[in-house]
Amino acid sequence: MSELKFVGHDEIRIDGKPKITGAAQFVDDLDFGPGLLYAEIVESPLAHAEIKSIDTGKAEQMPDVVKVVTGKDFPFRFGLYMHDRFVFAQDRVRFVGEQVAAVIARDPVTAKKAAKLVKVRYHELPAILNVEDALKPHPLLIHPDLKSYKHVPWFFPQVNTNIAHWRKVRKGDVEAGFKQADLVFEDTYTVPRYAHCAIETHGAVGHHDYSGRLTVWAASQSPFTQRNLFAEALAPLGLSHKDVRVIAPFVGGGFGGKAGVSMEILAAALATAVQGNPVKILWSRAQEFYNTYQRQGLTAKTKIGVKKDGTIVALEQTLHWDAGAYVEYGANVVNAAGLSATGPYRIPNVKIDSCCVYTNLPPGGPYRGFGYSEFLFGLESHINETAKKLGLDPVEFRRRNAIQEGDPLTYGSKMNPSGLIECIDKAAEAIEWSKKEPSENPKTVRGKGFACFWKAPAMPPNASSTAFIKFNEDGSLNVLVSAMEIGQGFQTVMAQIAAEVLTVPLSKIRVELPDTDRNPYEWQTVASHITWGTGNAVKRAAEDCREQILELVERALGKKREDFYLESETVRSRSEADFALPLRDFAINGIMMKDGTYRGGPIVGRGMFMPEFSSALSDAETSQGGKPNVHYTVGAAAVEIEIDKETGRLRIPRVALAVDVGKAINPGLVRNQVVGGLVQGIATALYEDMRFDAKGRLLNPNFTDYKIPTAMDVPERVIPILVEVAQPDGPYGARGVGEHTMIPAAPMIANAVENALGIRIKSMPITAEKIALAIKHKR
Amino acid sequence: MKKKLSFVLNDRKITLEVEAQDVLLEVLRDKLGVKSPKCGCDRGDCGSCTVMISGKTVRSCMVLAVEADGQRLTTLEGLMKEGQLTPLQQSFLEHNSFQCGFCAPGVILAATELLERNPKPSGDEIKEAISGNLCRCTGYLPIVEAIANVNNALTPPGRERLGKKVRS
Repeated sequence: MSELKFVGHDEIRIDGKPKITGAAQFVDDLDFGPGLLYAEIVESPLAHAEIKSIDTGKAEQMPDVVKVVTGKDFPFRFGLYMHDRFVFAQDRVRFVGEQVAAVIARDPVTAKKAAKLVKVRYHELPAILNVEDALKPHPLLIHPDLKSYKHVPWFFPQVNTNIAHWRKVRKGDVEAGFKQADLVFEDTYTVPRYAHCAIETHGAVGHHDYSGRLTVWAASQSPFTQRNLFAEALAPLGLSHKDVRVIAPFVGGGFGGKAGVSMEILAAALATAVQGNPVKILWSRAQEFYNTYQRQGLTAKTKIGVKKDGTIVALEQTLHWDAGAYVEYGANVVNAAGLSATGPYRIPNVKIDSCCVYTNLPPGGPYRGFGYSEFLFGLESHINETAKKLGLDPVEFRRRNAIQEGDPLTYGSKMNPSGLIECIDKAAEAIEWSKKEPSENPKTVRGKGFACFWKAPAMPPNASSTAFIKFNEDGSLNVLVSAMEIGQGFQTVMAQIAAEVLTVPLSKIRVELPDTDRNPYEWQTVASHITWGTGNAVKRAAEDCREQILELVERALGKKREDFYLESETVRSRSEADFALPLRDFAINGIMMKDGTYRGGPIVGRGMFMPEFSSALSDAETSQGGKPNVHYTVGAAAVEIEIDKETGRLRIPRVALAVDVGKAINPGLVRNQVVGGLVQGIATALYEDMRFDAKGRLLNPNFTDYKIPTAMDVPERVIPILVEVAQPDGPYGARGVGEHTMIPAAPMIANAVENALGIRIKSMPITAEKIALAIKHKR
Repeated sequence: MKKKLSFVLNDRKITLEVEAQDVLLEVLRDKLGVKSPKCGCDRGDCGSCTVMISGKTVRSCMVLAVEADGQRLTTLEGLMKEGQLTPLQQSFLEHNSFQCGFCAPGVILAATELLERNPKPSGDEIKEAISGNLCRCTGYLPIVEAIANVNNALTPPGRERLGKKVRS
C-alpha cells in the first residue's frame, strides 16, 4: 500500500470549530416557534404497585393545559430486543419514577404545576429490590406476562420466574477441568449500579403534523432504531416507517445512555395527542438518573482451576444481573457478557451462566463497556488472587494465558488477530511494573495494579451501516451517514477515510448529522462499531465515487481506466505526466465533448456494510455453533497509586493503557478516548456510589451527591499506548476502541489497592471511606 | 411582578422586561436566543450554564435575571471579535480538547477568566480554575493541556503531548 495521506494522521476535529464557538446546536437549542408545547410527566412514587385509578380532572381544568394523557391513551409495549417496556404504565408501576401520565401545556411552568394535580390511586405491592429476593422460589412476578413478550431468537426467558434471559455457555468439561487443576478456588464480587452522567440530559421534541407525518428531534445515539421502534410501537395509530422522521442534532454525551429508545418514545406518542403542534419533553438531572437506563448491578461468583505452572484449565462464572424493571435493552448486556465472561484468556473448560433478573429498580441498559466492565471487575480481581496463590507475577500469569489469534472462543469460533501480548508488555513497561516504589512518606503506601480487557461489539448479526457521498461543484464533499457524533470524533474519522480514497482534503469534507429522511441507514452508534462498520461503508461509498470518476474519464476520453488515478483532487494519468483533470471541473457538470454534449453528471457514491459472516443462532444449552461476535478488541492497563493510610484517599501518579486498535485512523482521537475512558472507569471505582433507600427510591440523583470527577480528580499522568495488529475486515485495518478504554479501570485499581495494603476489596466502589475502614479493620 | 432591566450583552445594549423570579439562564436562552449557556443540572453543580458578569464567571442557572441589571454580560458568543477565534479558542481547537462539546461554552469562559487574571497558570491552578465545570467525555487533561499551551497554539497537532505532565 502506498503511503497514507490522511488515515493515521492527527487531523483536527471537523466538529471542533462548531463546538468552541457555541455554534453547535443540541436538541434543546433548536427553535420551534411560539406553537411549541411542553410536557411534564406524572411519576410513580412507588417501586411496585397496581394502578387503581387516575383522576386528571383538576389538571385538565388548569388554564393553558392543552391535554392530559395516561396509559389508556397509549396501551402499547415496545423495546429493542424484547417488548417489555410501556409507553406509559398500564395496570402497574415497576419502579420509582416510572411515567404514569403526562400533562401537555403551553409553558413548562404550567405543565409542572398541572402534573402535581393528577391524582393516582395505587395498591402497593411488595417491591423486589435485589436479585436474591427476585430469585427466591415462587417469587412475586414483576412481569407475569413474560412468556407472551416478543423477543429476539437468542434470548431465553424463564417462564414463571423473574429471569428475563439466561445465557448458558458450556465449553469442554468444566468438572473434569477442576479435577485436573492443582488449585481451585472461588469468590464472589459485587458491582452496584452506575449512571452515565452525560452532561446533556435526554430531550426530545415530537411534531405530528396534519398530513400525518411524525418528526422527532432527539438527543439520540440511535435515530434509525428510534424510527423503527416509534413506527412499531405506534403502528396502531396508522404510522408507517416512511411517515416517521428522526432528526438528531449534536448530542451532549451518550455513553450508551442515549442508545435505543427510552424517554424519546414519549415525544413521539405525545405528539400524536396534540396533532399540529410540536411538543417538547426535557429530562431534569434527577430524571436523567432514574428514568433512562442505568448500568446494571452484578453479583459474580467466579471459580477458577489452574495448574501449578500457571495454566488456567477451567473457569465457572455465575453472573446474576440486577437488570431492573424493564430489560428490553439490558438483557442483551447480560447476553454479551455471558458470551465473553472468560476475559481475554485461553481456557479449555468453561461454564458460564449469565442471568438477567427483573427487579423493581430503574431499567438497566447499555453503558460504555456493555457488561464487560462489570464482570471484569470480579474476573481480573480473581486472576490477580490466583497468581498470588500460585506465587506467580500477575502480569506473567496473564501473559501465559493470554488469548491469541486462532484460539477457540467460548462459543467455538476462532479468535481474530490480537496484539494482547504486546499490550501487556507495553502497559507493564510504561509504569515500570517490576520496579518496587516504596513511599517516602510514612503516612502513605504505594502499590501497582494491572488488568487485561477485551470487548466485542454486541450487535444483532445483521446490524448494518450505509453511506452516501455527494460531490459538489467545487469538488467538496458531503458525506451522509447516520452514525452519531457523541464526542468520539467519528465525523473526523469518516472524513479521513473518504479523504484517503478520494484525495480530497478534510477542509473540503462535511460529514452530516443524522436525519432519517435524508441520510441512509445506520443501526445505532453503539458497540464501538462505527469506525469499523460505518468506516467500511464510507470507504465503499468513496470507492464507488472513484469508480464512477474513472469510468467517466474512460468513456469521455476514450482511454483505458487503468491508466488513471486520483491525486490531490485531480485525475492523473500514468502514461501522460502532464495530464491533470481537477475533480471540480466535472464532479457535477460532467465532461464536455467536442460536439458540445456532456458525459457524466453529479457524482454520488453509495456504500453499505453488513457483517454477513455473523450469526446469533446457537445451542440454547451450550451457546455452541454461532458466531455472535464479529471480533474482539483487546488490551491491558496498569496503574501506580499512593494511598493515604489515615483517610483512605488515593492519588494516581501514573496510569497506562495499551489497546490493539488494529489501525488508528486518527491516533490523537484514540489517545483522547484513552484519557476520557480511563477517567470514567476510575470514577466508578473511586467516587461514584448510587444509593437506594428501602423503598427503592434513588437517594442521590444529582451531582452534589453522586460525585463524578472534576479536573482536580484525574490521574497526574495518563500514558496511552496504541498497538496496531490489523483487523482484516476493518477499514485500513481498524477496529473499535471507544468503550474499551473504560473497562479495565476498576479491577486495575482494586489490584493496586491489594498490592499496596494486602487488602482485597471485593465490592465496588472502592471509595476512600471503604479503604480507610478496611485499614482500620485490618489493624 | 414585572421588572424592566438594561444590560450590555456581548457588546449589545439590551432592555427588556422580566418577571422578578426569572432565572438568567432562561432569559438568555429563551428570551434573547443566546444558546451557548446550557442547562445540565439546574442547581449549580455542573457549570454548563457559566456566563460572565462584569468579567467574573457565574452560574446563570443560580442567578436571577434582575441581578444582571446595569451589568456587562459575556457569553461564549461574545468572545470572538470580527469572527476571529481568541488564542484560547485556537488552542482548544488545535488540541482537539473537547469531545461532545456540551461543557465547552462554560469551560472556555472559566479558562478565559483564569487567563485574564493569571496569564501563566500552573497545571494545578488550571485544574482548580475549571473544577467547577463538569466534563464527562475528556478526562480533562486535553483541556488542561490546551489552556497551558495557549501561547504555543501554533504548534502543529503532531502530538505526543498527552500523557506528559503539563507544566506545574
